[in-house]
Amino acid sequence: MGRYVIRRLLQMVPVFIGTTFLIFVMVYALGDPVAAMFGDRAPDPATAAQIRHAMYLDHSLPAQYVHYMKQIFTGNFGTAATGQPVTELMGSAFPVTIRLTLVAFAIEAVAGIGLGLLAGMRRGRFADTGVLAFTLLVVAVPTFVTGYVLQYFLGVKWHVANPAVAEGAPIGDLILPGLVLAAVSLAYVARLTRTSVAENARADYVRTAVAKGLPKRRVVTVHLLRNSLIPVVTFLGTDIGGLMAGAVVTERIFNIHGVGYQLYQGILRQNPPTVVGFVTILVIIFLAANLLVDLLYAVLDPRIRYA
Amino acid sequence: MTATDTMAGAPAPATATAPLLEVRDLHVEFHTRDGVARAVNGVNYSVNAGETLAVLGESGSGKSVTAQAIMGILDMPPGRIPQGEILFQGQDMLKMSAEARRKIRGRKIAMIFQDALSSLNPVLSVGYQLGEMFRVHQGLSRKAAKARSIELMDRVRIPGARARVNDYPHQFSGGMRQRIMIAMALALEPDLIIADEPTTALDVTVQAQVMDLLAELQRESTMGLILITHDLGVVADVADKIAVMYAGRIVENAPVHEIYRQPAHPYTKGLLQSIPRVDRKGQELYAIKGLPPNLLHVPAGCAFNPRCPMAQDVCRTDVPPLHTVGAGRGSACHFWKETLGD
Repeated sequence: MGRYVIRRLLQMVPVFIGTTFLIFVMVYALGDPVAAMFGDRAPDPATAAQIRHAMYLDHSLPAQYVHYMKQIFTGNFGTAATGQPVTELMGSAFPVTIRLTLVAFAIEAVAGIGLGLLAGMRRGRFADTGVLAFTLLVVAVPTFVTGYVLQYFLGVKWHVANPAVAEGAPIGDLILPGLVLAAVSLAYVARLTRTSVAENARADYVRTAVAKGLPKRRVVTVHLLRNSLIPVVTFLGTDIGGLMAGAVVTERIFNIHGVGYQLYQGILRQNPPTVVGFVTILVIIFLAANLLVDLLYAVLDPRIRYA
Repeated sequence: MTATDTMAGAPAPATATAPLLEVRDLHVEFHTRDGVARAVNGVNYSVNAGETLAVLGESGSGKSVTAQAIMGILDMPPGRIPQGEILFQGQDMLKMSAEARRKIRGRKIAMIFQDALSSLNPVLSVGYQLGEMFRVHQGLSRKAAKARSIELMDRVRIPGARARVNDYPHQFSGGMRQRIMIAMALALEPDLIIADEPTTALDVTVQAQVMDLLAELQRESTMGLILITHDLGVVADVADKIAVMYAGRIVENAPVHEIYRQPAHPYTKGLLQSIPRVDRKGQELYAIKGLPPNLLHVPAGCAFNPRCPMAQDVCRTDVPPLHTVGAGRGSACHFWKETLGD
């Protein structure tokens, strides 16, 4: 197990370098950050060159990348367009987005598994057809449509929830955005759980559990669900990264000042340190979540052993 | 033996001598897209305490479905029991509440399944799965249940039980896994065990060990055993009586040795002839011609008639009743006398 973890951590290094370098190149291709600073006016060439030198922009792209990586490993993520250090933005943005992600994740896991279990146990019946139709609809409608529609009806028209999230992003305000963010994943989780449950419900060991005289509740939770959730957990784990990235759209709709908001600002103002810095952290979270899922897999299924 | 060996099965009063389990005129059907499959068509059999009944038949003969109906683990729907009674200790289980039946399962009637690898939960340790019986039915703590599980594993002679109690099913050999299934069935010392082809998935040598274990465990107690099998070789040593099933009916029942000596139904006869024998080495192996009937389209008359060497016109029109052939013996053949004769 320990060796496996070390091997996996080592495998992450090239993935980390590859993804961050790609992002670095893409952001570089966005345009000239110095020109962006001056807006519509053309900058004075001498001043521009000076800024360029100060920002290490007068070197080749690979050299810039290496320089940048050295900097971030000393904790210096550069400065944002507003003049604030990027780390300061991260300090305010990540807690908000993580909170939003956790709310969305909880909704996705509980509602998705619940609906999937319901549908899987009543395969071919009304509840099953209902869940299938509902999830198809949710998957087919883009997040920004779901977001604005729910915001308008629940927030503006019926006053069930706050249409925008207040400063500091209290959990209560995050439920509606969390639902919007979770919607598509929730539908996938429901469908995945449904298939898995329906398949396992016919398994011999479930019949054994019934023949042992176990109460139905125990048969379902201990025997059926435990086995059915193995593929679902894999999806949920890898989706944590997806949720944080997906928050870009949701955060715009509900005016949440999280990672998505900062990334959007960074792109809009052509500020490489903000964009690359935030994405780098997201990459690390994504990799960590993936490793966690693989380790969890071995816990859930004893037939899998890592050496 | 009871007096219910005829198809009519005159209900006997539930007295002290009543059988442990009595199945009366049981019908089971499955509603499928292609029509109604009548898997069990009026089965009668009984088991007394301490007795072993072997139920013999090919796949699709309804032997497992009958067992599942007794256990109450049929999938309903698509399954349905339109008719019949299953009396356990004098009470009709088909009239009991779901909760009352659940409490009988595992505690009073236990079942051993065919393929232990798929019948045990792959993600739970065998100790957990054994201990569950004590925890759920007797409210024992995890720790006490584990101690009992180790005892059970010792009882079915799994070497190093204490060290292996936390192992998972895939870490055991086929024979050991089947022992775990047996241990699970024995856990609460039920009055009746139904073993559904307990040795089919095992090697021949391991088969013998598992059958010996079952026979020995039964001798030590007064528990009744229903042994479902398609292997005539397995039953001779363990069974007291045999019921042969074909297309959802019992075609012959008899005390075990009589059936080997003198079968009273052409189907039984065919089965006995198809056992490979050393003294007929080199000769072609006998096989009953044709295939078991499709349960959606069971032949009119005697279901066995298309495959029967003795079939006459009456066999194609009339369903033969279970004729009384002798003490505790019955044969559902119009020509049972002729069959016995030659």
